[in-house]
Amino acid sequence: MQREIGTIDAQEVMAVLAAVPDPEIPVISVVELGIVRGFDPLREVVIITPTYSGCPATLVIEQSIRAALDAAGLSRILVKTELAPAWSTDWITQAGRAKLLAYGIAPPPLGDGAPSLRNRLAAQCPQCGSHNTTEISRFASTPCKALWRCNACQEPFDRFKCH
Amino acid sequence: MIDQPLFHYALRLGDDSLILGQRLSEWCGHAAALEVDLSLTNIGLDLIGQATSALGYAGDLEGAGRDADGLAFHRDALDYENCLLVEQPNGDFGQTIARQFLFSNWHWLFLSALAASKDATLAAMAAKSVKEVSYHVEFANDWMVRLGDGTPESHQRLSAGLDWNWRFVEELFIGDDVDNEMVQRGIGVDKASLRAAYDARIIDVLNDANLPVPKKHRAITGGRRGHHSEHLGHLLSQMQFLQRAYPGASW
Repeated sequence: MQREIGTIDAQEVMAVLAAVPDPEIPVISVVELGIVRGFDPLREVVIITPTYSGCPATLVIEQSIRAALDAAGLSRILVKTELAPAWSTDWITQAGRAKLLAYGIAPPPLGDGAPSLRNRLAAQCPQCGSHNTTEISRFASTPCKALWRCNACQEPFDRFKCH
Repeated sequence: MIDQPLFHYALRLGDDSLILGQRLSEWCGHAAALEVDLSLTNIGLDLIGQATSALGYAGDLEGAGRDADGLAFHRDALDYENCLLVEQPNGDFGQTIARQFLFSNWHWLFLSALAASKDATLAAMAAKSVKEVSYHVEFANDWMVRLGDGTPESHQRLSAGLDWNWRFVEELFIGDDVDNEMVQRGIGVDKASLRAAYDARIIDVLNDANLPVPKKHRAITGGRRGHHSEHLGHLLSQMQFLQRAYPGASW
């Protein structure tokens, strides 16, 4: 049965999207990553925003969201990309940050808009918890991550860049 | 009717990023260290992503059915409107860093100002891109100091790279009719107004890098009118080959 416009609520849609993993870091969902900006129940549009302009995962993310909506019987909901406001790592949820850490990626420091402080504080090693760490390369395996090394346990690790 | 000045403005924004992104991609697999390889290609990726947005917008404004790929792969050098600096050859690592330093510091100032554009699409693209470019600036500035204040050889190579690229800096601050109209409509950036801030930024880094501040050079212009150095043609021949030989080919 066709549902009337305005009867699909945001909670229902967000529950569907909360099960869509990020293609690069599958432990975290596109909602936790802050890519999904919201759902407009009247226009029936899901608003998403890319992380980095050149992130190759952007297209895959849009397709995964489309597929999840279709599978939940919500095919008529449109997915729209908006650039403003620009994505920030401050939008990664607390739960998302905890999942990144458990996965072995140091979460980004808070404080977008304070470039002088960015990356200056030593990252905490996700393996042993030490703060005795060194940045090896600010550009690393993906646009959103930097490569670090722990001087205590010697393990290299990724750190989500502050953005 | 096409908003010609706005179309060209978006095109230039995209062309600057696309051409430098392509140049940086030439380093893939060739840099002296893995970390540097990753950095140059990641910066290139950011720039090509920015170009995709800007050229996509230009294509929409034009309304002739050309998308970002169409504009990137099916235009000749004469129809490219990037500044001359970004098409300069990579040379050695010192020359690449000098070019990145001179461009990224300008790019950051330009995008920061464009973020206040009355054109919501350009403003959104600029506000997003400037966050990425902050990292490009840090990378380039750090390497300027490391090479300039490094060994006699790294210092000499960086100096030579700066000499090569310096003559193309003036063009970044010169506006034409398109710029003037865009500024009047509250859409574009008054490029000349960025000069003082630019000089302050680069002089700081040059001092740290033990490099003299180069003398002001007579402006070499033409990029925005499609008059390019011979280097652009070679770059395009490589970048466009597949789509020229097999139009419409897809993965």
